[in-house]
Amino acid sequence: MSQQILTIGQINEYIRAKLDSDVLLSGVAVRGEISNYKIYPSGHHYFTLKDENSALKCVMFRGNAMRLKFRPENGMKVIAVGKISVYPRDGAYQLYCSTLTTDGVGDLHTAFEQLKAKLHKEGLFSPEHKKPLPPIPEKICIITSEAGAAVHDMLRIMAARFPLTKVLLLPVRVQGSEAPGEIVSAIHYANQYKLADVLIVGRGGGSIEDLWAFNDEQVARAIFASEIPVISAVGHEPDVTISDYVADVRAATPSNAAELVVPDQNSLRQSMDKSYQLMISVLSRKLQSERRQLNILKSSSALQGPTQYVHRQRQQLHLLTAKLISASQQIVSKKKQDFIAKTAKLDAMSPLKVISRGYAVVEADDGDLISSIKQTGVGNNIQVFLTDGTIHSTVTEILEGSL
Amino acid sequence: MSSKPKSFEENMQRLESIVRTMERGEASLDESLKLFREGTALVEACSKLLDDAELQIGKIVAGADGEPAEEAFRNDSND
Repeated sequence: MSQQILTIGQINEYIRAKLDSDVLLSGVAVRGEISNYKIYPSGHHYFTLKDENSALKCVMFRGNAMRLKFRPENGMKVIAVGKISVYPRDGAYQLYCSTLTTDGVGDLHTAFEQLKAKLHKEGLFSPEHKKPLPPIPEKICIITSEAGAAVHDMLRIMAARFPLTKVLLLPVRVQGSEAPGEIVSAIHYANQYKLADVLIVGRGGGSIEDLWAFNDEQVARAIFASEIPVISAVGHEPDVTISDYVADVRAATPSNAAELVVPDQNSLRQSMDKSYQLMISVLSRKLQSERRQLNILKSSSALQGPTQYVHRQRQQLHLLTAKLISASQQIVSKKKQDFIAKTAKLDAMSPLKVISRGYAVVEADDGDLISSIKQTGVGNNIQVFLTDGTIHSTVTEILEGSL
Repeated sequence: MSSKPKSFEENMQRLESIVRTMERGEASLDESLKLFREGTALVEACSKLLDDAELQIGKIVAGADGEPAEEAFRNDSND
């Protein structure tokens, strides 16, 4: 007769059992737009998915929410996967969401855009913070995988361009969940021990998931905080990662990084050749100009002067010499006359002349002059000098008394 | 640690400075000759440094105390 009257608990429990036993509802994927997104202190996420006509309450428990690759926001179009059940307490059915992914664009892309906006707002990409690269680095540290073509390509190119440098490899994982932590540690380590003048951080090409470590927030912050300038070198030319925005210089690829980090020795040599040619041309211009100046000077009277001066001086010298000669000749002739006169007097007084007047010079044997009878004795030999000869005689007698 | 690239860079800078001075044309012939000789010597030195150079490559590993130590790293092109 009567309808069974149930308690609220009973009816809700009935509905729950019905829903839980439904195969479709135990694992369903639903597309909709997020609204009323709230995160509770418990860590559970509550939101409503809606489209034009309908709405569905959702809950994502903390454990599942932690695995979210992006931050769900109101208005986002998503695909929620989970099971539909009833929460008996309030009699509402909801989607117990296990995974949430962005619809259409891809959650990785969304995460990328969110982080890019956030860090840009904080100023991490601003040009004022970018440090210049050393033009000729002494040491370069590459943070990348030690396997793979990237590091070998870089080394090959650096060796060809500019072997006069030292390259240190700090090997890290470049994909997978451990990669961001290793890359961050490597950047800190290089800074702590001042391993190089410049860092290259990167990897070879791959999918967006492969490159994902270089979109990691901690990696970006480590690059920003690095006191050593950082070149980011991730993937192929069209791949742009957060690391590329925050680095001091972005290289399109690892090989490009090798070209940016060291100069090319060929162009250095060319520039040296040019310098050399410039020096030669300056020098030869200078020599030519000096030579011209020299020629000008040569033909000018200023330089002719000395020759003439010398000539004049020479003439003067001749003149003076002539005067000197004639003057001295006059002196000489006067002196000569005096001399002759004096000589004549002397001549007259000369013993020879006296002798010629009849006087004689008497000497002893030994040549001593005898001017007194006392200077000799009887029997001594004496020599008598007359004007025309000498007489040897012997003293026979000595008589006193003057002439 | 290696002082060669540093002196290479210094040499290049000194060479540029010499060329700039000479181009100004104010130096005497004697000074210009001196600068030319110095500049030529620098060009020869830098060229020789490049000719003789071989890229030095090392791999950093953290020692037991955490300090960096260097190991050999061969640059093979095999993956």
